[in-house]
Amino acid sequence: MIAIRQLPLVILPLALAATAAPAVARAPALADAAGDYRIARSSIIHFNVPQVGGGGGIAGQFTNFSGAFRIDGRNVARSSVEFTLYPDSVRARERRIEEFLRSSAVFDTANFQTVTFRSTRVTQTGPDTATIEGALTARGKTRRERFSVALTDWNRRSISFTIRGNIRRAPYGMDVGTPIYSNVVSFDMNITGVRR
Amino acid sequence: MLRNSDRGFGAITIALHWTIAALILGLMLIGFVMRRMEIDPVLQFSLYQWHKSFGFTALGLAILRTGWWLVERSPQPLPSLSAVEHEAARLTHRMLIASSLLVPLSGWAVASASTLDIPSFYFNLVVIPHLPLPKSEAWEAFWAFAHAMLAYVMLVFVAIHTAAALYHHAVRRDAVLRRMLRSEAGAGGADIVAKGK
Repeated sequence: MIAIRQLPLVILPLALAATAAPAVARAPALADAAGDYRIARSSIIHFNVPQVGGGGGIAGQFTNFSGAFRIDGRNVARSSVEFTLYPDSVRARERRIEEFLRSSAVFDTANFQTVTFRSTRVTQTGPDTATIEGALTARGKTRRERFSVALTDWNRRSISFTIRGNIRRAPYGMDVGTPIYSNVVSFDMNITGVRR
Repeated sequence: MLRNSDRGFGAITIALHWTIAALILGLMLIGFVMRRMEIDPVLQFSLYQWHKSFGFTALGLAILRTGWWLVERSPQPLPSLSAVEHEAARLTHRMLIASSLLVPLSGWAVASASTLDIPSFYFNLVVIPHLPLPKSEAWEAFWAFAHAMLAYVMLVFVAIHTAAALYHHAVRRDAVLRRMLRSEAGAGGADIVAKGK
């Protein structure tokens, strides 16, 4: 269970480089990608909460986070990720929205400084895709959540993924604004890991 | 019974009057709490949405009330009223009719001009579109100010209207208030007849 100690965000495509589609990013050989990575500050954690009747909804980003992941060279399923984000760093299109998100109505950053994710299972779903399951903790509540991961870029020093997931916020005590604003928050992240 | 007569108000006028009165007082209270008091942000968000749903209800009823007021006859003024009192009452009623339309319209303008762009989801049933107004913080602040000022002006006329009705009821002991409570024209009619002769 060494793997489980680490962040749940990422997965790796293991497929053999030879058989991978040549299109966007050729999946590296697992042995080449295996290793320990820290999540770069240049990563982007974007979210959106749709609103009734269409329109933009509430969209934003988190600018302060940290994390690390390990790609297991022998068994991708034993790869792992650990991720911490600081919701106080939320950025939205105007200050009133940011302050509301920080308030006791949503993240309650005065009492809960972090949102964390620890992977419990990584499942490869294609040559360069995978799903990650893990424990997401926010506002003191921990639930099992799932993200889908797609490899977008890699080289010897770094590796990048697009990670998407839909999280229902009500179970975390953040149901304010429903049903005007959807209960489902969609996360769209570009995570870059730098080899440690 | 439903229609007004020369002697008193019908059930439609009376029902609209008291329903709108209750909505106005409730909306004033919610508006004050959600804007002027330090409250939990979840409660505040919720109060805003209730305020909008009840506010649209008040607007709809005020439009009906205004249409009814325009097409339906008004009862004869009670003979106990002087000409000045009658004119003052007519002016107050016009101000109340006008503000019952302008206050909710200006509130709709606040929601429409706000850069927050929060949908007006009427009792979580149907989305009421925003008015086609420019969105900016300055416009939102302007409409919020207008909404509050119009509401305070309305509150002044509500107070005058209420005080006058209570004065007539308790001091003058005439039928002014009573005939807005019951649609039976009997009491008011008898009053007119008794005092008019």
